[in-house]
Amino acid sequence: MHRFANPARFMRLSAAILPWTAALSVVLLGLGIYLALFVAPPDYQQGEAVRIMYVHVPAAWLASFVYALVALTSAIALIWRHPLADIAAQSAAPLGAGFTLLCLVTGSLWGARMWGTWWVWDARLTSVLVLFFLYLGYIALVNAFDEPGRGARAGAILALVGVVNLPIIKFSVDWWNTLHQPASVFRLGGPTIAAAMLWPLLIMALGYTLLFATLLMVRMRTALLAAKLRALRLAEVEREAASLMPQQTALS
Amino acid sequence: MSAFRRLVLRDLRLAFRQGGDAAMVVGFFVLTIVLFPFGVGPEPALLARIAAGILWVTALLAALLSLERLFQADWEDGSLEALALMPLPLEAQVLAKCLAHWLVTGLPLTVVAPLLGLLLHLDAAGYPVLVLSLLLGTPSLSLIGAIGAGLSLGARRGGVLLSLLVLPLYIPILIFGVAAVEASIGGFAARPHLLLLGAFLAGALPLAPLAAAAALRQALE
Repeated sequence: MHRFANPARFMRLSAAILPWTAALSVVLLGLGIYLALFVAPPDYQQGEAVRIMYVHVPAAWLASFVYALVALTSAIALIWRHPLADIAAQSAAPLGAGFTLLCLVTGSLWGARMWGTWWVWDARLTSVLVLFFLYLGYIALVNAFDEPGRGARAGAILALVGVVNLPIIKFSVDWWNTLHQPASVFRLGGPTIAAAMLWPLLIMALGYTLLFATLLMVRMRTALLAAKLRALRLAEVEREAASLMPQQTALS
Repeated sequence: MSAFRRLVLRDLRLAFRQGGDAAMVVGFFVLTIVLFPFGVGPEPALLARIAAGILWVTALLAALLSLERLFQADWEDGSLEALALMPLPLEAQVLAKCLAHWLVTGLPLTVVAPLLGLLLHLDAAGYPVLVLSLLLGTPSLSLIGAIGAGLSLGARRGGVLLSLLVLPLYIPILIFGVAAVEASIGGFAARPHLLLLGAFLAGALPLAPLAAAAALRQALE
């Protein structure tokens, strides 16, 4: 793992991988959307509205997955002080917040159609909303300090504290018995969802994951380049200051 | 142990000499509660229905209000750096500060809450559980709040940031605190909710000082 913590090696590796993940995510998302909108059957109860699921459920999965990733990279950053892990956590968090927002918005649209209301204070919806606030808190904290290293470390601790929320999301369906339907894909005894619906869903989930990986690499590369640019500018300013110094002493 | 006790006494003495954090917090609690009848109307049935929720939410906000100053003054005048050099582990110091903070905010809130329950026509069955749930819940508020207070030390717009960090983490305590009171009013067992509140406290007691001490260390670096 430590081999990949080298920023230069990361830049080389990501440059090689990036076109492939980008292309593959476009293909998979295109195929997934086609299957979801035209091939998958309408639900016997929910009708055509069930197609929101193919956008909603992968976003929900990614919302939790990205938070776990932020927490994991934060732990790595705290333990081994890899600068790349800090950059990964900070680059992943806004993406995760985006997926969480997408999950909330599509869930609200789906709820308006199926439950007849835009918002229900049910356990799972509420914990996704809390997850969204945790993302916002993390992003705000990371950007709240004049010294960037300070924000990175504070954010890493917060991410580990907030990871307590993830199991609450997963088990909240069982804790509070409410309007939200119980889990139907990951459960003992195999999925209860029909295969014709499961395949488009899994393809969409894979497409979302690859899209996330692509965007994460782009953001990390941008952050690394920005850091390098800042260092170069600082060095230039210092060089100029050093070249001006003798003249000033001569004048005085 | 004596260093721990001295730290608690120091924080208490500071709190009292600086003119009553406790009074401020309780004052905010009372004033905000009094605003609600103006907002939702004075009908006793409606007020009784929402009393438990209002009392808990307002207690939570009142506790949040005083959190910013938990480490702020010590950090600004440099005594936090001196404290970090003490042989007493930073985790234990955080625990001492949380204990002092709870004695100055959580405990007065718990004492005042039943009186405000009267103003809101809280059902008679709810009072013992209200006090018990606040007794179990408010220490967790201080402990979890210490993490946020440590993390936001020296941040721009620290106060607003603190509420953004801490309020999401308070939600489970709020849920079970209110659920306990409402269960007792409805004639159900409040015990499971109180046990869960106790479980949160049992989890927060060792874990929150760890996280808060880590936050303080990175603030002092």
